[in-house]
Amino acid sequence: MSAAVGTAGAVVAARPQSPLRLALRRFLRRPAAVLGLAIVVGFVVLAVAAPLIAPFAPNQTSWSVIRKAPSLAHWFGTDENGRDVLSRVIFGARASLLAGVISVAIATGIGVPTGLLAGFAGGWTDAAIGRVVDAMLASPFLILAIALATFLGPSLENAMIAIGITATPVFVRITRAATLDAMTNDYVEAARALGNRPTRVALRHVLPNIVPPILVQATLAIAAAIIAEASLSFLGLGQQPPAPSWGSMLNGAQRFLTQAPWLAIFPGAAIFLVVLSFNLVGDGLRDALDPRVK
Amino acid sequence: MKGSLGARFAQVIPTLLLVTILVFGLQQLMPGDPAMLLAGEERDPAVLAQIRTQLWLDRPLALQYLHWLGNVLHGDLGQSLRIGLPVSQLVLTKLPVTLQLGVMAFIFAVCIGVPTGVMSAVGRNGVWDHLANLVGLAGLSTPNFWLGIMLILLVSVKLGWLPPSGYVSLAEDWRQSLATTVMPAFVLGNAIAAILMRHTRSAMLTALDQDYVRTARAKGLRERVVVLRHALRNALVPVVTLGALELGTLLSGAVLTEQVFTIPGFGKLIVDAVFNRDYPVVQGVVLVTATVYVLLNLLADVLYVLINPRMRAA
Repeated sequence: MSAAVGTAGAVVAARPQSPLRLALRRFLRRPAAVLGLAIVVGFVVLAVAAPLIAPFAPNQTSWSVIRKAPSLAHWFGTDENGRDVLSRVIFGARASLLAGVISVAIATGIGVPTGLLAGFAGGWTDAAIGRVVDAMLASPFLILAIALATFLGPSLENAMIAIGITATPVFVRITRAATLDAMTNDYVEAARALGNRPTRVALRHVLPNIVPPILVQATLAIAAAIIAEASLSFLGLGQQPPAPSWGSMLNGAQRFLTQAPWLAIFPGAAIFLVVLSFNLVGDGLRDALDPRVK
Repeated sequence: MKGSLGARFAQVIPTLLLVTILVFGLQQLMPGDPAMLLAGEERDPAVLAQIRTQLWLDRPLALQYLHWLGNVLHGDLGQSLRIGLPVSQLVLTKLPVTLQLGVMAFIFAVCIGVPTGVMSAVGRNGVWDHLANLVGLAGLSTPNFWLGIMLILLVSVKLGWLPPSGYVSLAEDWRQSLATTVMPAFVLGNAIAAILMRHTRSAMLTALDQDYVRTARAKGLRERVVVLRHALRNALVPVVTLGALELGTLLSGAVLTEQVFTIPGFGKLIVDAVFNRDYPVVQGVVLVTATVYVLLNLLADVLYVLINPRMRAA
């Protein structure tokens, strides 16, 4: 009893902090995660302000500078059509980031409500959703995305839909597991005992409390979606030429590997850097939001 | 134990049935009339009608599915639109190539991932741990087709050590076969090595915290014996099963790796089919991959029960 009073007294004395503030503080204590976030923000700025930052238009050709090595005039060199590689890498960030964010928005938009329904309803609904998720997870991520993109037709929009649908089952599983976990808490019992309707309990009491694992998964999924978009564009199923995309730039670079290696180095390095940054942010968020994980 | 394995076996059948529905459903996503797409330049109504009758496209969707499923169960995955060969025959021809690549990639992954994971766990929060984590994360963040291109540039173009592309089968010339597959296998194994490293680290951290490890140390055993004989042996149980689940990553990775290194395997088959809009081949490859993946997951579960004494006793 005295211990409980002592603990409560200590809590009051230590000025209570919101879980969000505590998580933010834990996140900021991880230099790798902060660096990752800074790089992600940097890429977002590059993508948004591409017309202002890029030295040339992405499709501006110049026959006098075909496949020129990196120089002061063209920092990342030029490609087989005399286009500035740096400008195309900067504009290519748009396709990659857009694909990452929109695919994951599709996946969370479908996956979270479905997972919430499965966890909350239980019984046959849960079993039926579980089997469909198992079937979708049965096919490896990229192979299913390739198949969907092939049948939908090659375009950046279809690639985003294909990646989004393929990434959905993971969000269903995570949301369902988090919902089942949240439902064992007293506040859910209390909300039910007060006579709240199931929909209200699910949306107002369970959903806000399962955001952390979904947020972590979303960040890591953006990284996977960026690689998937680059892979689909590399295969000609994503962004169509002449619009710039890191994946399609790598596809074109393969033909000139011996004469112009810079065509392959810079777009690939950009994919690596942005994916690594999202992974660092995801890892940092996981550690910040769930301090039990080490 | 029999009960849990029985339940797991029973789950496989509805999952595989749903997989067939999903794969069949893929062709419904095709824009426009499938018969027109399959006919190519041909616009003769008689030819189009013949294609529709032949492929049951003029029947209700449920009947189309049952007809297609019946064919699949008899091993008929349809015919390639481009080369006219049965899809099942194409798959069987290409599978051994990817299998060789996959086995080599898995060896690379285990040889890199497990020792790095052990080192990382033993030196927890030390320099090695941070370095291994960073390298692991970098491995996960590297698109394997880019890693492949970079390795070709360095190892083949600059140094001239290995051929940049092509494939020679083991039966033909084993030395040349290894020379053509070692680089793609490394590329393919790279991402799995990073995942195995993370699993091993996590499992080792749990194992090193257990009472039997404390007892082994209290008995005065050398640290190397404690780590390798006591902790690693137990940590490997989840690593083996989780590792088996990464075979899906391997199959996905093979698609782009085989494309970059021009290896005529399963992955190249699907890429060529994508380029040529050879829909039956794409459908067939997805179905075979998903079936193999479901069965491998089942095998991983069985393995877990068999090698885990606690599960065996249950």
